[in-house]
This record gives sequence, structure tokens and C-alpha cells, in this order.
Amino acid sequence: MLAMLIRRLLQSFVVMLVVAFIAFSLFQFVGDPINNMVGQEASAQDRAELRERLGLNDPIPIQFTRFVGNAIQGNFGMSYRMARPVSDVIAERLPATLELAMISAFFALSIGIGLGVYTALKRSGVLSNFIMTVSLIGVSLPTFLIGILLIYLFAVELRWLPSFGRGQVVRVNDWWTTGLLTPSGRASLILPAITLGLFQLTLIMRLVRAEMLEVLRTDYIKFARARGLAQRSIHFRHALKNTLLPVITITGLQLGTIIAFAIITETVFQWPGVGLLFINAIRFVDIPMMSAYLVLIALVFVVINLIVDVLYFVVDPRLRATKH
Amino acid sequence: MTTEQTTGDQPLRPSLWRRIVDSDLFYSFIRSPVVVVSAVLTLIIVLAAAFAPWIAPHTPFNPASLNLMNGFTPPFSVNEFTGDVFIFGTDSQGRDVFSAILYGARVSLLVGFSAVAFAMILGVGLGLLAGYKGGWVDSLIMRVADVQLSFPAILVALMIFGVMRGVIPPQQQDQLAIYVLILAIGLSDWVQYARTVRSSTMSEKNKEYVQAARLFSIPAPAILFKHILPNVTGPILVIATIGLALAIILESTLSFLGVGVPATQPSLGTLIRIGQDYLFSGEWWITIFPGMTLLILALSVNLVGDWLRDALNPKLR
Amino acid sequence: MSDVLLSIRDLVVEFPKRDKVLTALDHINFDVRRGEILGMVGESGAGKSLTGAAIIGLLEPPGHIAQGEILLDGQRIDNLPYHKMRRIRGKKIAMIFQDPLTSLNPILTIAEQLIETIRTHLPLSEKEARERAVQLLEEVGIPAARRRVDDYPHHFSGGMRQRVVIALALAGEPDLIIADEPTTALDVSVQAQIIDVLKKLCRDRGASVILVTHDMGVIAEAADRVAVMYAGRLAEIGTVRQVVLDPHHPYTVGLMGSIPSLTHDIDRLTQIPGSMPRLDNIPKGCAFNPRCERAFDRCYQERPDLIAVEGSEDSQVACWLFDQEASA
Repeated sequence: MLAMLIRRLLQSFVVMLVVAFIAFSLFQFVGDPINNMVGQEASAQDRAELRERLGLNDPIPIQFTRFVGNAIQGNFGMSYRMARPVSDVIAERLPATLELAMISAFFALSIGIGLGVYTALKRSGVLSNFIMTVSLIGVSLPTFLIGILLIYLFAVELRWLPSFGRGQVVRVNDWWTTGLLTPSGRASLILPAITLGLFQLTLIMRLVRAEMLEVLRTDYIKFARARGLAQRSIHFRHALKNTLLPVITITGLQLGTIIAFAIITETVFQWPGVGLLFINAIRFVDIPMMSAYLVLIALVFVVINLIVDVLYFVVDPRLRATKH
Repeated sequence: MTTEQTTGDQPLRPSLWRRIVDSDLFYSFIRSPVVVVSAVLTLIIVLAAAFAPWIAPHTPFNPASLNLMNGFTPPFSVNEFTGDVFIFGTDSQGRDVFSAILYGARVSLLVGFSAVAFAMILGVGLGLLAGYKGGWVDSLIMRVADVQLSFPAILVALMIFGVMRGVIPPQQQDQLAIYVLILAIGLSDWVQYARTVRSSTMSEKNKEYVQAARLFSIPAPAILFKHILPNVTGPILVIATIGLALAIILESTLSFLGVGVPATQPSLGTLIRIGQDYLFSGEWWITIFPGMTLLILALSVNLVGDWLRDALNPKLR
Repeated sequence: MSDVLLSIRDLVVEFPKRDKVLTALDHINFDVRRGEILGMVGESGAGKSLTGAAIIGLLEPPGHIAQGEILLDGQRIDNLPYHKMRRIRGKKIAMIFQDPLTSLNPILTIAEQLIETIRTHLPLSEKEARERAVQLLEEVGIPAARRRVDDYPHHFSGGMRQRVVIALALAGEPDLIIADEPTTALDVSVQAQIIDVLKKLCRDRGASVILVTHDMGVIAEAADRVAVMYAGRLAEIGTVRQVVLDPHHPYTVGLMGSIPSLTHDIDRLTQIPGSMPRLDNIPKGCAFNPRCERAFDRCYQERPDLIAVEGSEDSQVACWLFDQEASA
């Protein structure tokens, strides 16, 4: 297992290097960084001096090494648009996105697995068929449209929930603010969390259902039935546990997707997170911000992949080192 | 059979139409009403979009044709000032929402189809290359595919879009936006084609008939296109159909985020974004009708794709 | 207590298909006596495994019992509701499947699976059930059972896993064990061991076994009586000795002629021409008539039922050649 983990870590390291190189190349290929820093009126000599001072005349490998070194320390330079250090802006916005992503992931996982199991066990039930049909619509519904429909229904027509922002937030410590501790913060979370989680929910549900049906057809489930074990135990102790093995992998990757899809949800609900930041960075070609976001997202994906691998070892005894 | 032998001038093979009607695929199509409805809806939207200039009651993006007095007319009702009727209502400028939807769907579908075509050509080409050549070419292509696949398409498309925006000079950006969009969506979705084509190529290239063709020194491209490609038309068709739904959704999402097509040439996503601002003041129709059109289009294409996948998959039959 | 443990009466199992109904088991009649091992032989698709599934009430939908009765200790069990039938499964009737590699839940330890099964059927504490589990594993011949009880299935070889499966089947002290091809998936070298374990443990407990197999060697080695199935019908039933050495039904004769033997000098193996008909294409009259050398008019008109064969005790055959009344 240790060898496996080390190999995984090495792979992750390579992926991060590749992503870092792409992020680094953004600076090289997209526009002239000097133009973004000095005004039109700067003289050619000023420019050349600045170029030399920033090390832009150094060979590419040296520049890249410097970029990686800075990135590891969380230094991605100044945002072109906001004229503030990128890392500060991101750190400020990150809690909002993480909070939203966590709540959506929890919502998608709990309800997705529940409905998946239900529709697999009650395969030809009326309610199951209804859920499956609705889920097909869920897969075809673009995230932003879900958000708009929810806003229209719950914020405009019914006036039950707020339609934008985080509500009142509480500062927990230097780097963390939460909306979970105030009523308006909690109310503000509901619609964005549903919007962000709904697509993943339908995916997880359909996946769990398919896997569960597969497992229910296996010999060991037939044998468990033939031994007269209780229905509940067959479904939940024997079938569900085996179902969740493949589900863990895909769900783990889905969690990464949630962070990416947060871009859309944050735009719809004007949620002050990193996704909204990234969209604005793209609109205004704010290269340092774009490259920092890219590295951050890649890091999230890589970490999630690692966690999924470790979880797999914990859950599946076949992968653990053999005792004999 | 017997008549064909006696009358020489009749074609030996039944007509194409006859073959379609007799096929299993057609039978399974007719037997699933949901799929028939989806296919018909898709066809209606595609045709309506294609013939938008002739069908649309107004030309929504010609400022000269707009009458501000018509602004915010609710759907299915008569405007109190001008007496004009708009089935889906009008927006703040007095623009007919129904016509705007037709023109918007035109842009959405144009981008969707082009992106799918681009992704297909790229994916099939790279898949054939990887499968046929093997070795480092194969490893390189598939590694790139793996890494790309681990990131969501929307992120890849956004990134490509962002880079292009930096590369293209500002004055040409609106003009080139549609091509950039097609490029970004297409590049985010080629992996599926490449994987399918590659595995089929690898299994097919060692079969005797391909080996025989090689012995006769038939050039590799000819072997690939004539012998290997026909084996994967089914799976490619399935990926392309589902890919079309994804491309339409992706395009509308990017346009909704404000990084897609320019506002002068709005797609369904742009219309929804513009309409969202009026949702709170009660003019729901400006955003809901384009939204519904998008939903019906994406759902119908998805349902057809789903059916096609099941119908063409011999394992499930 | 009567001598008969299980009684199958006129059993018909049907599979409704899109346009027609397939009759997979067609009026099956036989008894299983207490403590005996009844072999069931026939080609794949003859209905052997299906008979086992019907007895334990685990037919795969849309398959269902359309007619007939299954009696256990004189009580009908074919029409019991799910929760009552569950009490019979594992406790009265157990089943062993063909492939030991897929029969065990891969993510639960042997102990977890055994203890759960034992406690489902016997009023034992967790600790007592664990003792019992170790004991069962020892009985089926797993070395160092106490240490290995907490291992996962993948730690065991195929033969060892089938022993675990037998231990699981015996956990509820059943009266009847349906063993569906228990050795087919195993190496030839361990097949005999598994049969020995099964035979010995059932004899010790006085349990009956229905041994489904297409391996006549296994039957000859283990069974007391044999039932021969063909195209969803019972062709012949009798003692092992009679069926092997003096088969009556022309199909059984052909079947025996196709088996190589070490003890008898047979010049050449024979084979039955043709193949078993598909379920949607069973001929009128006797199902075997297209392949039978001795078929006559009646075989194409009327379906033969099991009839006792005069002179050979305990044997019945479904063949018009043996209809004494007609020939008399």
C-alpha cells in the first residue's frame, strides 16, 4: 500500500508540474506583462529596465523555476485588475466557495445515494419510475437554468429565500468567514447549494442505482438470499457496501467538479467566491488571477484523487496488503 | 428474390428507404414514443432555427425595426399602445421574444453542431493515429486525453476561451468570438471520440483483412478510412448525439457567464442572461421562454442519444 | 415421520416472454428421501438448476411456478409469503452455488458472513456463534480455522472457498441441501475432496442432498439415486446402480454410452445425434423423439409420463417402450 501511495504521490506531482507549466505559459503567450503593469506613456527604457528587474529576460527554465517557487509560497503576483496580491484576494474569497461546495456535496451525496438505493430496490415502482424520469430532466438541465428557475420560484414568486449574496457572515478567525451561524447566511445558502448539487445528485443517483442493480444480480447476493438472511441485511449490509466501492471513485471526482461548477452557481447568485473571481478574471484577461485559479483547482483535484485512493484502500479489503 | 433474377433491370439491393424501414433500429425507434416525440421536437427546433429569417415575425436585432412603445409586453396579450400582439411577449426594447428565441437557437445550434464536428474530426483523427501508430505517439495522445478528462469540460473551455481572449486583439474579439467558442467547446470534448476510435483501431488493425490490405501496399490512410472507420460509426454517432446536447449546454453556459458570443449576436444562453435582470421586476417571460426552449432542446437531444446508445449496443439487446 | 422429506408434485415453471410463454419445467414429479443424496443430471438447459431454484423459492422473475406443489415434511412451501419462506431458507433448505469465487461477499470476513448466518437461524450469542463458526470451518476441513476465520474470501483458494460455502450452507443445520454444480468450477484435483466433505457432513447430520451436476463421475461416486432430465422434463429416475449399469430411457442409454470408463472396456464412445431442442421448439409427444432411434408412432403423438418399470425396483421412466399395459 505504501508503494502504491508513493507512486500516486509522484503522479500527482507530475500533474501539478504540468498544470504549473500551463499556468506559467499563460504569462508568456498571452499579452505582454509589462504592458499590463505600466501605462502607455512609459518609455522604452523604463520598460526594458522593468523587464530586467522582473527577470523576464532570463531563460525560460529559470523563470519557470522561479514561478514554481513563488507558487509554492502562495505568491502569484499582483492581480492586473484589482492591483492587489492574487493570494490575498483568493484567500478572502475561498471560504465562501468551500462552504457552498461542502453543503452541496453533502446534499448531493446523501439524497443521491438514498434515491439511488430506493429506485434500485423498488425497481418497477411508480415512484421509482417518476424519480428516474425527473432525473433525466435533471441531467439535461444546465446548472444556470436550474438556478434561475429556483430564483424565480422561491425568491421572486414565493419570496421565501434570498436570491443573491451570502447574507450576513461571521468572521471565525483570520482566514475564515462563515454564513452558517446567522439565519440570513443559512437562508442564502439554500438555493445556491441546491443549484450546485442538483446535477451531481442526479448523476450519483443514477450511478448508485445502476451499481446496486448490478450487485443485486451477483452470486453472493443470491447465496445470501438462499441462506435466509434478513432482507434489510441483504440490501444494506451486503449489497449497499459493495455498491459504494465504485461509487466512491466517481463521487470523489464529482466533488472536484462541484468546485468547478461553482463558477456558474456563483455567477447566477452573485455569490462572492473564487468562481466569480475567475469569471471576472477571464472577462478582463487578468492573467495572474487565471493562473492562480488554475493551479488551485488542479490542486483540489489532485488532493481529492489522493483521498479517493486512500479511501479505496480503507473500504476494499481486496486492495489491502495480504496477511499471508 | 426470384423476380430479381428474371428482371435484370431492377436493382438487386432493396432501396435505401426500404432498408431503413426494415432495420431493427427503425423498429426500436417506432416502438418508443418518447424518443419519437424527442426526435420530432429536435427536428422542429432545428428547422425553425435554420429558417428563422423566414419564420420569425420580427427581425429582433435590427434596431430600426424595434418600437420602444412595445417594451415589456406580456406574452399572449395585446400591447396597450401599439395594438401589436407577441406570443412570447417582448423585452425592454420592445423586441419580440419569440423571434429572438428563433435567432438565438440558430446561434446555439450553429455553435453546437460546429463544435461537435470539430471535436469529432479532431478526436477521430487522433484516435486513428494513436491506435494505428502505437508507441510514443499513442502514449502522448492518450496521456493528454487522461489529464484533460480529469478536469470538467466547462473548465477546459473557459481556460481556452480565456487564453484566446488574451491572444486576439480586442477590436477583432466580437468578430471572432463564435469561432473561439467553437474551438473551445470542440477542444474540450474530443477525448471520447479518440478513446473509442483508438481501441477499435487497435483491435481491428491486427485482423486478417487489414493485414491483407497492408500486404497489397494499400496506403495507411486508405486502410484506416475504408476498413477501420466503418466499424466505429455506431459508437461515434452515439457520442456525437450526446456530445451535441453537451455542446449546446456548454455554449449556453459560457454565453450565460458572459464569455460566449457577443451581445449583438445572442444565443439562447445570452438571452437568458439578459432576461435574468428582469426576473425580479416581474417580466419573467424574457428569460423563462428562452430557458424552456433550451431545456426542451437539450432534453430531446439527450433522449435521442440515450435511445441510440441502447439501440446500438448489442450487449443490452 | 415419513420417509419422504421433499416431494415435488406436477411442478410447472413458466417464463413469459414478449409473445409467448416458455415452459421451462414441464410437469416434474419426484421425491427426496431423508438422508439420501439424489443426483440430477442432464445437459445445460435441461432444467436441473431451475428445479433447485424453484424448490428454494428463488426463481428469477419473470420465471414463476405456474402449477404443481412442493411439499417439505408434508407442508406446502411453494406458496409461502416471503417472510415465511425466508425462515425455511438456510434453516430447512440450503443451497450451494457453482462458483465459489463469486458466492462469497468480497468485503465481509468469513467470520462476519458465518456469524450472521448462524445467528439468523439459531438462538446463539455473538460469542457462541463465533465458536460455532470456527467449529464449522474445522468440520469442512479448513486448516488453522481459528486463525483464518477473520480472513476475507480473497485470502482463500477456490477449493477452500467452496469449503467455506459448504460451511455457510450447513450453518443453519438444514435438512436439505441443494448443491448446484458444486465442483464444476474447481480444479479436477480438488473436486473429489469437496464431494467427500459434502457427502460426509450430510451423512453425519442425516441431511438430504440434491446434487445437480452434468458429471456422471460425481454422481456415480456420491449419489444414492439419480434423476435424469431432458428439455424440462424428467426422463428417468432410479438408483445409481440401475441408471448407470442398466439405463432404460433411450436418452439415458445414449448418455451413459458417451462417458469414458476406466473399469469397463468399451471399444468406442457413442454420441447422441442432434441436440436438445430449445424451449420454444419442443416437439409434440416425447421431447426426445427427433433423436431417438427407437421412436415409434405413439412417441410422436402422446407425451409419456413417468411409469414404474417392472422388475427393477425403485425406478421410473418416461418412455412408451416401457408401457406394459399397451404391450400386454
